[in-house]
Amino acid sequence: MSAAARPGLLRAVLAHGSVQVGGFILLVIALLGIFAPWISPLDPAFLDPTIRNRLPGFESTVLQPDGTLLTVTHWLGTDQLGRDLFTRVLYGARVSLIVGLTVAVIAVALGLVIGLIAGYVRWLDGAFMRVMDGLMAIPPILLALALVALWGAGLTTVIIAVAIPEVPRVVRLVRAVVLSVREEPYVEAAISLGTPTPLILTRHVLPNTVAPLIVQGTYVCASAILVEAILSFLGVGIPTDIPTWGNIMAEGRLLFRVFPHNILFPGVLLALTVLAVNMMGDGMRDTLDPKLARRV
Amino acid sequence: MERPRILEVERLAVELPKAADRVHAVEDVSLHVDSGEIVCVVGESGSGKSVTAYSVMGLLPPGQLTPVAGSIRLEGEELLGAKPRRLRELRGDRMAMVFQEPMTALNPVVRCGDQIDEVLRLHTRLDRKERHARILDILAQVHLPDPKRIAAAFPHQLSGGQRQRIMIAMALVLEPALLICDEPTTALDVTTQAQILRLVRELQEAHGTGVLFITHDFGVVAEIAHRVVVMEKGRIVESGTTEAILTRPQEPYTRMLIDAVPTLEPRPPLERGGTKVLSTERLEKTYQTGGFFRRGTAVHAVKGVDLRVDAGEIVGIVGESGSGKSTVARCIARLIEPTGGIVRLKDADLAQLKGRALRRHRRRVQIIFQDPYRSLNPRRTIGASLIEGPINYGETAEAAMAKARELLGFVGVDPNAIDRYPHQFSGGQRQRICIARALILEPELLIADEAVSALDVSVQAQVLRLLETIRERLGLAVLFITHDLRVAAQVCDRILVMRSGEVVETGPTAEVFAAPKHPYTKELFDAAPGRSWQFAKLAS
Repeated sequence: MSAAARPGLLRAVLAHGSVQVGGFILLVIALLGIFAPWISPLDPAFLDPTIRNRLPGFESTVLQPDGTLLTVTHWLGTDQLGRDLFTRVLYGARVSLIVGLTVAVIAVALGLVIGLIAGYVRWLDGAFMRVMDGLMAIPPILLALALVALWGAGLTTVIIAVAIPEVPRVVRLVRAVVLSVREEPYVEAAISLGTPTPLILTRHVLPNTVAPLIVQGTYVCASAILVEAILSFLGVGIPTDIPTWGNIMAEGRLLFRVFPHNILFPGVLLALTVLAVNMMGDGMRDTLDPKLARRV
Repeated sequence: MERPRILEVERLAVELPKAADRVHAVEDVSLHVDSGEIVCVVGESGSGKSVTAYSVMGLLPPGQLTPVAGSIRLEGEELLGAKPRRLRELRGDRMAMVFQEPMTALNPVVRCGDQIDEVLRLHTRLDRKERHARILDILAQVHLPDPKRIAAAFPHQLSGGQRQRIMIAMALVLEPALLICDEPTTALDVTTQAQILRLVRELQEAHGTGVLFITHDFGVVAEIAHRVVVMEKGRIVESGTTEAILTRPQEPYTRMLIDAVPTLEPRPPLERGGTKVLSTERLEKTYQTGGFFRRGTAVHAVKGVDLRVDAGEIVGIVGESGSGKSTVARCIARLIEPTGGIVRLKDADLAQLKGRALRRHRRRVQIIFQDPYRSLNPRRTIGASLIEGPINYGETAEAAMAKARELLGFVGVDPNAIDRYPHQFSGGQRQRICIARALILEPELLIADEAVSALDVSVQAQVLRLLETIRERLGLAVLFITHDLRVAAQVCDRILVMRSGEVVETGPTAEVFAAPKHPYTKELFDAAPGRSWQFAKLAS
């Protein structure tokens, strides 16, 4: 829709250097996560107490269910229970990306609806925004701790705990756009043409929020990936039997000085992912919202 | 006596970026300004008049507009190709500029006195005391009351006219040889405009400054210029003394521009006979500010306005910014809710209707806005914008589309362009499309809220003619909001003059123009630029 107003916008976004680099890194990480079972022959939970804490490049033989022996190279070494780190890091990418994406979608969707209403229906604005202010005052880690205590650790709990504090930021953004667009003469013209309010919102106001929302969405995504890792690292996120980068690092923490690879590799991947998402966000902001780019 | 030449522009050409619709922003432009002379550059939007001014100041956006040929000499010194450092020295000291937008040309976080002080600090070796004396002196020269208080004030504490005076003070404090004014009065009210024009003239005479004055308004030209340069599409079409250009224009383009300026001569009164369409009684609008923690204050934007519009009649509301004229229009269109009074449209009182009941009546009143660039949703084709109304009231898309095509033809836009987007049309065409969008609902009352104010004079004349046709053919009642007396004189059968939310004078246009009763109305008439010239008379 917006491509009609500014032709070639999508192409301009895709042509931006940091969007290309960030997108490429992200694509590789996503593919690694999706095709993890095909890339690594091992189960991420498979443990072999005889080869604990081996350095990257160590080779071992594994007895397969059909009775044959398979020689595998532990490219990133093994952890303190003898599990293959490479496999675990691959599977960890899944959790990170799922959390990042889901949180972004939930926060943007909720924020969009609340923001549209708060911005357009003036008498609801005050009440809505004060609730949002309240939500913003809750530290995400504290909220996660409370929710885990209530519902038990799990993916859903983490997603909800991370998404809630992000919603107000999206609401504020959408509300600001709505407040400026509702004064546009074409919106007033639509009012005097008898267009019902829901239609005005979806037809005339909503399209203006798309570009800033995409940009904000990437930032939410990056921060969600990071917060999930922090929560898991602290032991209040995803249960320890699921391999996530935070969990892997938490387990590697004790022997960090002797075997740094247990923390190094998931850490590097985490940093790369967050960097890639942010690069995409910055690139999109440059092309979709040039005004903001100049200000920062 | 030969006066020294201040500015000499010779065969200037400035190139546009590759994607533009023409190669040069300006081409082959030659003009000169002598000391003590006001030269007006007149032209419509896109004529290159501002680009010329910015070229002289060396303020063209780098990389986008580049001078490629010609020369610009200030007191004999070549400016094109001069070092940025030298240009900085010359700016403020030998040449200075006053911009169009006094609201944004001043730094909002610096006191006015300090902003003038900055110029002095950069260009002179005066000490604090001397500088302060100079600031107070120049503020007094631009007739600001109480210079001490003004110097200590922040820009937002001053009115638009006062800010423009500050800009002029800042420009003239170093007594430059050349003053460039880029539409300095366009954003101001007429009475303020008249004062500023008087001020420019007075200071220019006192200091012997050469003035290059950019404007689109022939009224302003008649008021202030010694010589006139007319530009069209980047080229000079004609130049000469003001007297010669205004009375004996040689080029058809100049003639067309002058003809397009509406006269102050009011139109002959219409025989009454239409039925009453709209009347308001004691219409009130009060804005409440403040909230839970602050004590609220009330602003009376509209105080007890009574008006009446009959079928086939154009009633004008004339006033300056802040007079409440637009608020009246928006109350009647029910874009805002009046706080009191009655808005009677034939039999129904719209003033307090809400929700569904209000929506039923919406189609009966349609409004056209000032800014044609923002009145159409840029993401929707004009066809989609046009049929939005009829579809809201239950028509099928096909029927609405057929109607839309027909109306586009009626307002003078190619019906085959119905699938295009707004950015593919000019400002005048967009305004026609907005008119078509308003008409497609067959309203009983059409409100034009400064509908021609943002348009070039030639386009403005065409749109005014279109409104005339609509009134004649469809017998619509039209409420016409404007700040421009000339426009009001041309199209309105009756006018109301508003000031601070109140109607100070009302009556048939011819009567009000012939013998204004209220002192404010008289002041407005006196302020109309170029009132001594009978513009449209020239045409015959």
